[in-house]
Amino acid sequence: MERLGLPAVRIPARASEPMPAAPGPFVLVTPTYADGEGRGAVHKQVIRFLNQESNRAQLKGVIASGNRNFGIYFAHAGAVIAAKCQCPCLYKFELAGTNNDIERVRKGLELFWQHQHSTNHRLQKA
Amino acid sequence: MTIHSTIEPAARAVNWNRLQDEKDLEIWNRLTSNFWLPEKVPLSNDIQSWATLTPDEQKLTIRVFTGLTLLDTIQNTVGAPTLMPDALTPHEEAVLTNIAFMEAVHARSYSSVFSTLCRTAEVDEAFRWSEENEHLQGKSRLILKEYRAASHPLKKKIASVFLESFLFYSGFYLPMHWSSRAKLTNTADLIRLIIRDEAVHGYYIGYKFQKSLAQLSESEQADIKDFAFSLLLDLYDLEVKYTEDLYDGIGLTEDVKHFLHYNANKALQNLGYEGLFPENICQVNPAIMASLSPNADENHDFFSGSGSSYVIGKAIATEDEDWDF
Ligand SMILES: [Fe+2]
Ligand SMILES: [Fe+2]
Repeated sequence: MERLGLPAVRIPARASEPMPAAPGPFVLVTPTYADGEGRGAVHKQVIRFLNQESNRAQLKGVIASGNRNFGIYFAHAGAVIAAKCQCPCLYKFELAGTNNDIERVRKGLELFWQHQHSTNHRLQKA
Repeated sequence: MTIHSTIEPAARAVNWNRLQDEKDLEIWNRLTSNFWLPEKVPLSNDIQSWATLTPDEQKLTIRVFTGLTLLDTIQNTVGAPTLMPDALTPHEEAVLTNIAFMEAVHARSYSSVFSTLCRTAEVDEAFRWSEENEHLQGKSRLILKEYRAASHPLKKKIASVFLESFLFYSGFYLPMHWSSRAKLTNTADLIRLIIRDEAVHGYYIGYKFQKSLAQLSESEQADIKDFAFSLLLDLYDLEVKYTEDLYDGIGLTEDVKHFLHYNANKALQNLGYEGLFPENICQVNPAIMASLSPNADENHDFFSGSGSSYVIGKAIATEDEDWDF
């Protein structure tokens, strides 16, 4: 996330730390923890965060990391959250991501937010 | 008269309800839920497909699998056991016994492939070849040297992560290649189970490496890092020669090298280091990527499209009871 250089809020890994609230529309970036059958793909803390209706309402998309060596469950958290929260899975990358991944996500998010703005604008006019 | 009194510490039973490192339980659960045996895979469904390979392709495949068997044998009998005395927690030792046993399953499963698909004489020839191939023997020697008890605990872990996350991939390439051409697809399913296990092994050993490394002084850390990169380069030189030996005949050497670079970078990431090989020589043939993680690429690169068509995830069974909605 630091390498991306975009504003971000971190969801703490420990349940004991205070859970932040979504400051506005956001894209969630998450690792994957799935076992061989794809169970448990989403970290419990991420689920806790998304269980909060006000957070979920602002979720516009998800980006997931993982490892291709987990086969069909590569970055499975992205698919699970997309299905559960009805938002698009925008991108999957491996481990900490290559510089190429960072570039694509930065450019992709830029276009994505532009598109979101224009859609909102149209909706307001209608 | 001298009396030797040695006060031995009490033998201690492992208590899984008192964890010093929660990662141990997480990985134990992951590994045990991933448990499998080769009998689970219907290898005999590949008999017809095997017959469509040319004699040279068959010979190559048997040799590749024999080379993989050797690495799994080393990891089973030396690699995982040698990490046990360095374990930071009793739970880590238990996880390492699981890793050691699964390496035996891996080594054993190649023999299941052989007995299903190949003639005994061909297999015996390949085992002889594995003992004589200087590059295969060379990389085994380099790894075994670091596994010797006298070696620094962190150097053992580095060698282990390189074996788990880098050295296997010159071999794994071939079944992924066949599978991308709809050949030996059941064998590829078995290899994917092995790849999944190795990924957890490399991650976990790398995690323990990073934990111990953080305790060292800056100059010690710098020494360890130098060691890691120079061992990787030595192994890489041997891997390139091994790859040329095997794959020049079917013209796949360059493709395999890209796969090697890509995996070498991932192995370094498991150790917490940056990649060594620039991205332009890590671009793996997309057919091999798709073979590694089938279906995983559908709709995932939203950013390369126009950005106007939303692909929202289809219903996926999430039996996870933590979701509230
Ligand atoms: Fe193995
Ligand atoms: Fe392994």
